[in-house]
Formats: sequence, structure tokens, C-alpha cells
Amino acid sequence: MSEDTPKRSSLAIWLPLALFGAFFVLVIWGLYRPADREVVSAFVGKPLPQFNLPAATAERPGLSTAEMITGKPRLLNVFASWCVPCAAEAPQLEALRQRGVEIDGVAIRDRREDLDRFLGNYGNPFARIGKDDLSEVQVGIGSSGVPETFVIDGKGVIRYQHLGEIRPEDVALILRKLQEAQS
Amino acid sequence: MIAEIGLAVLWMAAALALLQLFAGFSALRPGGAVLAGIVRPLAVIQGLLVGISFVCLITLFLETDLSVKLVAANSHSMKPFIFKLAGTWGNHEGSMLLWITVMAMSGGVVALVEKRLREDTLLATLAGQAFVSLGFYAFLLLSSNPFERLPEPAPEGQGLNPLLQDVGLAFHPPTLYVGYVGLSVAFSFAIGALITRDVGPSFARAMRPWVLGAWIFLTVGITAGSYWAYYTLGWGGWWFWDPVENASLMPWLAATALLHSSSVLASRNALRAWTVMLGVIAFSMSMVGTFLVRSGILTSVHAFAVDPERGSFILALLAIYIGGALALFGIRASTVTEGERFSLFSREASLVFNNVMLCGILGIVLLGTLYPLMTEAFGAKVSVGPPYFNPVSAIFAIPMMLMMGVGPLLRWRKDRPSRITATVAIPALIVALVLLGVVVLFPSARLLPMLGIAVGIGLAIGSWLPLRGRNLRRTPLAVWGMVLAHCGIGVALFGAASESAFSVERLAAMNIGDTQSVGPIALKLEAMEPVAGPNWTAIEATISASYKGGPPVTLHPQARTFSSPPGERTESALHTRWNGQLYAVLGDEGDDGRWQMRFWWKPFVPLLWLGGLLVAFGGLLALLGRVAEDVKRVRLLDKIAFRKAQQDMLK
Amino acid sequence: MKRLILALMLLFAAPVVAQDQLPPAPLAYKQLDDPAQEAKAQRLMETLRCLKCQSQSIADSDAPMAGDMRHQVRTRIAAGEDPEAIRAWLIERYGDYVSYAPQNKPIMWPLFAAPLVFLLIAALLLRGRFRRVKVKEDTA
Repeated sequence: MSEDTPKRSSLAIWLPLALFGAFFVLVIWGLYRPADREVVSAFVGKPLPQFNLPAATAERPGLSTAEMITGKPRLLNVFASWCVPCAAEAPQLEALRQRGVEIDGVAIRDRREDLDRFLGNYGNPFARIGKDDLSEVQVGIGSSGVPETFVIDGKGVIRYQHLGEIRPEDVALILRKLQEAQS
Repeated sequence: MIAEIGLAVLWMAAALALLQLFAGFSALRPGGAVLAGIVRPLAVIQGLLVGISFVCLITLFLETDLSVKLVAANSHSMKPFIFKLAGTWGNHEGSMLLWITVMAMSGGVVALVEKRLREDTLLATLAGQAFVSLGFYAFLLLSSNPFERLPEPAPEGQGLNPLLQDVGLAFHPPTLYVGYVGLSVAFSFAIGALITRDVGPSFARAMRPWVLGAWIFLTVGITAGSYWAYYTLGWGGWWFWDPVENASLMPWLAATALLHSSSVLASRNALRAWTVMLGVIAFSMSMVGTFLVRSGILTSVHAFAVDPERGSFILALLAIYIGGALALFGIRASTVTEGERFSLFSREASLVFNNVMLCGILGIVLLGTLYPLMTEAFGAKVSVGPPYFNPVSAIFAIPMMLMMGVGPLLRWRKDRPSRITATVAIPALIVALVLLGVVVLFPSARLLPMLGIAVGIGLAIGSWLPLRGRNLRRTPLAVWGMVLAHCGIGVALFGAASESAFSVERLAAMNIGDTQSVGPIALKLEAMEPVAGPNWTAIEATISASYKGGPPVTLHPQARTFSSPPGERTESALHTRWNGQLYAVLGDEGDDGRWQMRFWWKPFVPLLWLGGLLVAFGGLLALLGRVAEDVKRVRLLDKIAFRKAQQDMLK
Repeated sequence: MKRLILALMLLFAAPVVAQDQLPPAPLAYKQLDDPAQEAKAQRLMETLRCLKCQSQSIADSDAPMAGDMRHQVRTRIAAGEDPEAIRAWLIERYGDYVSYAPQNKPIMWPLFAAPLVFLLIAALLLRGRFRRVKVKEDTA
């Protein structure tokens, strides 16, 4: 039992350093990648699921899948009166409506009196507003927060998902996506 | 004045560290011996100076000196004493100063007491320690000066967030920190040994107490953190395989492996390169863990102390130390022989097995934690959670725990299987019987918890076998320590497996006077009352609980509302019995006026943390035993030297 | 662990993010009557990620959306749906991110292969040692 152990192959000795190098490259990339913390819907490109929501407010009818298949692209806005950015995007939605875009709303976990106050304060650009107290439609289309806006084409297929509020600079993008959805 | 003194001594300490690095390395060169004499004193003085600096910061916090930026941002004159004290390290700058204080003082202690190591190896070790500290000095002094003054003293401090005033929060992070820093000492020893090619038993003996000490702190830190999360989060979970938790587990796994392999090296002069490698890996895992927590690189897991810039700094240090150490390892490892041989059936072989399994778990945890980041590089977002970690870590953990029952019974170098078969038969039989019993009695239980229960019981009993046939009074403390630590692992495993196999949950909406039951416990909601604390108001439920018709006990879960800053928090209530724990949480009031209640009956769950503490206690015994042995040996050597000197004089 | 700090910080931040006022979904905090079905639902919920909280399962989150997802899971389980079918349904909407259980897809194969690879590497590193020892003993 002497100590003249044979030298191990040099490759194995450098393995830890190589692994560390790989780790280093990975985390450097991770540190400097653009911040992407949103959960994107995997449902873009698929037809809307079947749903039929009751009206969330007295002024507008409820919302069902059949009513959204009109042969013309439209927007589906997932929002709530208790959501601060939803108020911030109201002017943009109004601007889109004035350009002739039809917008349907899904009110998430909302009470009628809160919703009425919200629509009174910030305007009501919606053609229909469905009441989604159990987040059924929200989960059904893969939305993970409010507000989110989906472009639905004439056949009821989801073509685009906009995460977070629509800012003034996003309006052109939304219009382009609606245009693309026409073809 | 105090802030200026603190800063000045910190700069001085940094300068001494630079000198220590320079002197240590030049003393290793031919002709540099002149400088050898000053390295030890430098390390000691450096430790003292940083200690003074840390005391200065503590004083500033205790006095609430609001002209200091850090104090103004993190403390408040109205804070209770204990939280003023904890405020010292409850922030980035202070925690970094704590880190470097522990590091420098450890270096000082090494310089003072370490006599077994070859002198040149010790010099290289101290130089390595200085090198590692310099990075942290730079971090502290250049980018996060804790003693920075405000142009105008603040009228009042901002740190009175009641939600953050929690004893667990005050002492859990520094416990882990001390563990991390202890591993940095092991790292320095490894570097020193690599530089002087002196990887042998004396290196392992010198390093072992530091690994053991760090490991005790890590064990306590993880155990306490787990209990605290269990108690506070309000859903009865105690481990989620969350990246932050994994970050604290990885250094522990590496330190455990290092502990065992350094035992082999110390007693048998084998596993040399492997032990050095683990010394590097253990500290790497501390740094990787700190980096993962601080940089926030893993998707928004923790909104706490996240700062990508600081993350980059830690990453830079990580690259220099770990990359450098691994490169040094690559250059030197081929010259480090593996040492003494041993047979496939020997204590060494069982420890090698244990090391491989621990590293397997470590690899799984590291890979699983980083995997979502890796797939993101390929454009896919995925999650890796308990359904992966539990079974895959069990692939390694279960055989390892079985081996833990056998390994300590084996002789060093070479043994015959027939010698221990009879001894091992008892725990093996117990495992088999328990497994059979669980399968028959609880056919619906899942495989993993069942295995966990059987192996846990087997290990908790089998771990005592090494004491068989020994004179218990003469048994070294280190052996007692090992027995208790192994037993603790078995106990903890049993607690964890029992919790996951037999927990019963009851969600209920209750009116006052309603009754419910969870498992063997009958519950009644007696009253709902408002109560007020120093900075919160709460709704408090009074629940009487009776175990199998026994005398009722009262629990008081609360839903607290804090005023400044506003926030809400549920305060769960626990009732602990010898055979389990009742966990009660008060939820919201429903529209119909009934209260949402959540109850769990978790059989034997307290054993989980008790086991963890037992493991730490075993480590403490082993540490005391080792230190006592060392002291004895040093005294003996002194005596011999003294006699020799006397004889020389007589001549 | 430090996750708790996160929880505390989230609580601290809670007033900034407005919450809805609606009561939770019927089955968010109510168990199914059939214990076998409830156990099935519980097991599934523990492995689904809460999308709002990022680092908790829907089984241990108080976020309203997690409650709604629990309601969905329990409703579907009660209707006799298979847990894996529910998981697949959610993955179709949110991608693999929503499931803590890694799916059988090429991108996850390295993760599943990892334990085998580790054991293989360990065997390769150790094989030489023990074999040589044996040879020596035999010749001795």
C-alpha cells in the first residue's frame, strides 16, 4: 500500500473548472438579459374557449364566445375596477374605440357598484362587459393578471396578447396587430 | 467621531490584509523568510481592528446616531433594544461588515492557535485568507461604506417597520452567514495546502474544527429558518425547494461531505485531492448561494435585498476566488497523490459512498435550481419543484441513509462483511418490518413517505450501534457526536415523512359555537374578539381543541392588521403534543358572517426540527471532543519540549 | 427561510397593489366532500404554480387568483376529470411554467438524465481506484 497512486487523467481534473465556467456564463447572461418577468399566454394562436358571461353592469350586455366571432377583428380587454393601471389605460382604450375598434371587456372579480363608479370616472369604451368572478375566462385564455388585452380575429382566434396597460405609444402597435388579424 | 474611527480602523485592517497577503506569499519564496515572522501578528491585529470597527457600528446603532446614513435608513429611536442591535446586520452594508468581521477574527484565531500545520502551509493559508478578505474589504469600502455620514442629520430614522421586527428575522440570516464564513476558512486551508503541496492529515486536522463549526451554524440556521417559515407563512409547509432555500441547503450538503472526507484524510491519509476539492466547493456554494439570493437572478423569488449591481460584485468575487481556486486545483491536483489505499469493504469506502451521494444531491439541487434559467436561454419558461426534487434527491438520499447505518460499524482500511452482518441485521429487520407495517396499515400512502418512515426509524435506532461493546464512559466525545448527529438525521427524516404521509387538513367556515374535527382532534370555535398590540390590532379566535376526547386546550390564532406601515398578517396558533402538532389559522370573514378557518393535524412533525437540533448538538459534541483532544496534544507536546529543555540545561 | 422575508415584504407592499373586495371563490377554501377526490385535488394543487406570487404553489397562497385556480381544480376533479388532464389544460394556457412537475419534453430530458449522469461519472472516477486495489491485493 504505497503512495505511488497513478496520476488521474488531466481531463477529469479540469472538469470542475469547466462546469464553473458554464455556470459563470449562464448567470452573466441571466444578470444582463432583458427583464422578462411576465407570464406570457401560451394560448395565442388558438381559438377562444367556450364561455358565456353574464353582464357585469346594467349599461352593457354580457359576453359570450359566439358574440365575439363577428368576422371582424376586435379587442378583448381583461380589467378590473380595483386595478390601478386599468384606469391609466382608459384613455388609450377610448382612443382605440374612436378609431372604430370594437372592444369587449372582462371584469375580473368586480362588484357592480365599484365597476359603475370606475366606468363613470374613466369612461366606458366597451361594447360588452362580461362578469368573471371566478377568473374562469381569465384562466381560460391564459391571462395571469390585469390589465391584459387580446386581439381576437374574425374567426374568434386569439392573435396577440398585450401584457400590462396600453400606454399611448402602444396604440399604434395594437392597431397594427388588429390590421394583421384581418388578413 | 465613532463613525470616523470605525471607518479608519476598517481601512487600516484592509491595509494590513494587503500586507498579510504580500508577506505571506513572499515568505514562501526563497529569501523571503524575513517576512514570515510578521504574518501571524498581522492576522491577529487585522482581526482585532475589524472587531473594533464592528463594535463602532453596533454603538452607532444602539445610540441611534442619525447623522449616519445607514442608521437613519435602517433604525429608529423608538425601536426596542434587541432590534436596534439586530439592525446592525439587518442590512446590506452591516451584514457585509459582519461577514468580514467573522472572517478576519477567524483568521486571527487560526494565526494564534494553529500549531500542527507546517509553517509554510500556514503562511499560505493566511495569505489565502487575506486574499479572500481583500475582495470583501474592497466591496465594503468602495461600494457600500457602512459609516457614511449624511450632510444633515436625519430628524428620525426610517426603520420602524413592525413587520420586519421579528426575532427570527434578526438572528436567522447572521447564523447562516457565520456558517458561510466558516467555510471560507476551510477554503483558505485548502488553498494553502494546494500551494505548498502539503495535502495531508495535518491539513485535514487543522481544517476540521472550522468545517465542523461552520456546519453547526448552517444546520441550526436551516433548521430554525424552516421552522420559522412553517410557523409564519400560515399554510403548514416547511420546505418548498424554493431557490432561496436551496441556496442555504447547498453549502450544508457540501460541508457535510467535506466533514466526512476530512475525517478520512485526518485518520487515514486518504482522499487527499477529493478533500481539497470539497473545501473549494463548500465555499463556492456559500458564495453561489449569496449570489443567487442577492442578485435576484432567479425569477422574482425574493423581493428582499435584491440589487443586480451588488449581485455583479459578488459574481466578480466568485469568479476570482472560485475560478482561481479551481485553476490552481487543476494545476496542482495531478501532483497530489490519492494517499493510502483501502478495500471496497471498509470504513473509507462507506464514507466515499456517502460523499458521492451527498454530491449527487448537491448536483441535483444546483441543477434543478438553475434549470429554469438554463431553459430560458433556449426560450422556454419552465418550473422545477417538489415533484422533481423529492424523488430525485431520494434516489441518492435513501441509499446514503442505509449506508449511514452500516458505515460507522466498519473498520478502517479493510473489513469482512461477516463481522457485522449480525449487528446490522437488527436495524435492517426493523426497517423491513416498519415498511411492511406501513404498507399494510396505510395502503393509500405514497411510496416516498413510506420509505422515509421506515428508513428514518431504522437509522434513528441503527445509529446507536457503534456504541455497542464500547465502554460508554471512555467513548470519545466525537463518537457520541457522530451517533447523535446520525440519529438526528433519522429522527428528522421520520418527522418529515410522517408529516407528508399522514397530515390531515380541514378547511372550514365556522360560526361561534360551531364544532369541527381534524384527524383525532375535536375543535370548537368559542369566541371571536378584537385584541390590540403595540402597533397592531387583531381579530383573535378562541378555539378549544381536544385530542381524542381528552381535556381541551385553548388556541388563539389571530388576523393582525398593522397601522404603520399598513399591512396584514395571520398569526397561526400551534399546539404541540408528543405525537404531533395542531396548526390553526384564522382566515377572512365570509359574507354570511362565518369565519374561514384552516386546521392541520401533523403527526410527529416536531421531530423534524428536533432532529435538526439533535444533528447540530451532535456536531457541537464532536467539535468539543476534537478541540479537547487538540488541547491535550498541544499540552503534551509542550511538556515534552519543556522536559527536553530541562535535560539540555542539566547537561 | 428567506422566503418569509419575501412574504413579509409582499405584505408590506400589499396596500400599494389594490385587491378586489369579492369573497373568495366557493371552492377556494372549501374541501371536496369525497376525501379521495380532495386528496387528488390537493396533490395536484401542490404542484401548480401560483402565477401571481411567482414562487408559491396555488395550494399555499392567499392570492385571489390562486383561490380561483383552486376552485377550478376542485370543480374539475369533482366532475371526474383526471388530474393530469387538468394539468395539461393549464399548460396549454400558461406553458410549462405553471407546473412544478417537469413535463416529458425534450428540453427537460437533460434534467431527468442528470442523476444517471452523476452516478456514471462517480462510477468512472471510482472504478479505477477500487479495481487497482483489488489487483494489488490479489497479487500480494
